[in-house]
Amino acid sequence: MSISMFDILGPITVGPSSSHTAGAVRLGLACRTILGEEVKKAKITFYGSFADTYRGHGTDKAVIGGLLGFNTDNVKIRESLQLAQFRGMQYEFFTGEEGRYHPNTLAIEASGKNTTISLRGASIGGGQIRIQELNGFPMEAACLMDTLLVVNKDSPGVLANIAITLNVAGYNIANLRLARTKREGDVITVIESDARVDEATIKNLMGVQDVLRVISMPKF
Amino acid sequence: MDIPSIDYILDEAAKNNMAIWQVVLKEEQAESGMSEEDIRARLEESYQVMKNAAMGGISSEVKSISGLTGGDAAKYYRHYRNRKNLMGSLEAKAMSYSLGTSEYNASMGVIVAAPTCGSSGILPGVMIAAQEEFGFTDREAINGLITAGGIGAVIATRATISGAAGGCQAEVGSAAAMAAAALTEVMGGTARQCTHAAAIALKNCLGLACDPVAGLVEVPCVKRNGIYATFAIAAADMALAGIESFIPPDQVIDAMYQIGINMPSAVRETAEGGLAITPAGLSAKRRLQY
Repeated sequence: MSISMFDILGPITVGPSSSHTAGAVRLGLACRTILGEEVKKAKITFYGSFADTYRGHGTDKAVIGGLLGFNTDNVKIRESLQLAQFRGMQYEFFTGEEGRYHPNTLAIEASGKNTTISLRGASIGGGQIRIQELNGFPMEAACLMDTLLVVNKDSPGVLANIAITLNVAGYNIANLRLARTKREGDVITVIESDARVDEATIKNLMGVQDVLRVISMPKF
Repeated sequence: MDIPSIDYILDEAAKNNMAIWQVVLKEEQAESGMSEEDIRARLEESYQVMKNAAMGGISSEVKSISGLTGGDAAKYYRHYRNRKNLMGSLEAKAMSYSLGTSEYNASMGVIVAAPTCGSSGILPGVMIAAQEEFGFTDREAINGLITAGGIGAVIATRATISGAAGGCQAEVGSAAAMAAAALTEVMGGTARQCTHAAAIALKNCLGLACDPVAGLVEVPCVKRNGIYATFAIAAADMALAGIESFIPPDQVIDAMYQIGINMPSAVRETAEGGLAITPAGLSAKRRLQY
């Protein structure tokens, strides 16, 4: 296992808990990034240990802070609930019981002016997260590398064309995972790359036949 | 970094005539592709955040969200400033800063996990106090942090730094081991002495349960940070005197892990055992259920 010194001396974050606070900020931030616009309305459901201790750990403030676009080291997270009201973001918290999930799991339904997405993710310790479900698709993304989420139809050759487009632009694919449900036959392709994919290449990816949507998530 | 053992660090240090921080820095550079100065710049930022948190914790009576903790760092620091302290000024300051960082953490202040948020007071407490007492430069302090990072990386690789996996010994024990090695480094100890300081500190944390009241990073975490900062100094002092751990450092780390996985889950951060289920602990939990 390879580990960075900054995993040991870090993250720089608001307290009190790397799993219950820092990880929740990052899940909120991941949701905000995928939505791609200001969050107007958010429904957050806490599961497991999150459900038991979210107030004392400031998990509520943390996830709202992330949805406002703050990273873990932003002092404004402490006042994020008031800031959200000030910015006109509506939010509601719920607790749920779901034994199958990781003990520190939360689900977010977030809407902006144009779209609504739902996301479920876990805080797996030390501030690290795994996004585990997006719009009902099971998936896995850690947000430790620059990540592309490509929504495409489940048809032969799409993946090859995506890979060729990235290859022509000179990007190296570090990891690639497919997630598919039966629903509408769509697939989410999660691609982690060594460098952030530029706008022009994302446009080219959008032009690939049967690609429906491309979301770029810089590592954070 | 892919450092499998303390022995590996010591072999590399001996082979290349390097200090531990140099070995660890080389490994980090190789893995991340970052330059030495980039790594130092990031650590300097972390060290500033550490200083800010420690000072924030002692200068005002910060209260946690739950109200369970807060104000003790300022209280102890006042006690020290009034020269009522029983311990020497190094330990008294280290305990002040460590308590302060931990209270600052509980109040949602910005801290550096070292290695976790719950154990974030120990390393900065020891290093900031020692820097004030002995006057080494920030650059030397960063060398100590790099050494601490290397020790922590070995513990995370061979064992665990998570309270949920290995109890408090894995968090506070790791932090104390890291702080002891860092202090030994900046005080001119040899590579071997740094690793024995870490081993002595960790040995004396073995079996420490993670039993937080109401599941929050407050009771007993805050005071435990304060106390174990002084443990780390004691371990470094022994190592600098030439005292060695009878059990070699890697074997102490393995023992910590073995104890950790054998601990009942009730004392591994679930708040279902130990202090968490005492009458006072349970009553605090009930009060916090809104």
